[in-house]
Amino acid sequence: MTLEASPDEIDRRIVLATQSGLPLQPQPYHAVARQVGVPVEEVMARMRRMLETGVIRRIGVVPNHYALGYKANGMTVWDVPDGLVDELGARVGALDFVSHCYHRPRHLPDWPYNFFAMVHGHDRGEVEELVHRIAGLIGDADHGHEILYSTRILKKTGLRIGG
Amino acid sequence: MPCLPLWDAFVDDLDRAIVNSMQGGFPICDYPFAEVAARLHTGEQELISRIDLLLERGVLSRFGPMYHAERMGGRLSLAAMKIPQSDFERVAEILNAMPEVAHNYARDHLLNIWFVLATETPREHAEALEKIWRETGYPVYDMPKIREYFVGLRLTA
Repeated sequence: MTLEASPDEIDRRIVLATQSGLPLQPQPYHAVARQVGVPVEEVMARMRRMLETGVIRRIGVVPNHYALGYKANGMTVWDVPDGLVDELGARVGALDFVSHCYHRPRHLPDWPYNFFAMVHGHDRGEVEELVHRIAGLIGDADHGHEILYSTRILKKTGLRIGG
Repeated sequence: MPCLPLWDAFVDDLDRAIVNSMQGGFPICDYPFAEVAARLHTGEQELISRIDLLLERGVLSRFGPMYHAERMGGRLSLAAMKIPQSDFERVAEILNAMPEVAHNYARDHLLNIWFVLATETPREHAEALEKIWRETGYPVYDMPKIREYFVGLRLTA
């Protein structure tokens, strides 16, 4: 037991112990507590707090979208007026087929797009239909858009903090 | 991609319920699997073995907490590069070998390689960008988010 550990250090150890997954056993938080070396009540209290403050986005399963038949993943990128991005982001981000939605910087002249929305479909035809719906929502503010399909996953390890 | 499972070949109602209803909200309590199992009208051990199998078959890529990198003090950004086809594999290898590169995708665009850089500090982020430019010889278009409107998965099986 490392009594001198600061609160942040304990959170960090919990993150390290759980970032690749929760143990598949009836009492997963007890297993985490044994690994981290703090009482299980403390692990659960800290994880609840991280969930409340948004450090943990959610706890659950992450489906592999390819395995579910979502084989076309289109990164849709849009050139919209900077002053309208927040308003459009709220509306486009609320669409149930958009999984990620962000305002990002342009890199002119090569990259004029400042608004990103990730769209998942079973095939490219479906993605194009969904993009059409986004275009309808954006209306005249759409100064140009493209769909970038992934052609190959080169690496997917997920986010990790180092030990 | 590795060989993908034929989803329809093994899915049943319980697998489907796990994928559709467990994308968030896993409880923090003494016996969380028992609690979820009761809701899904199955047993604790059955639920645990199903999740294990779905992970093994690649239907699920993860089970557990999803952390928000920036809220842990980390720095996350999407970056892209414009790489000639003849040099693509070399650059991909350099990127994939870096622990800071979490995801890396080939995309059909002039900017043809897109990756997520995840570091614990802004300084490590700048150093990683510098290293990529130095080792590959190509500039990086760094696109850290200015604002996030939605992040989540709402896939249904």
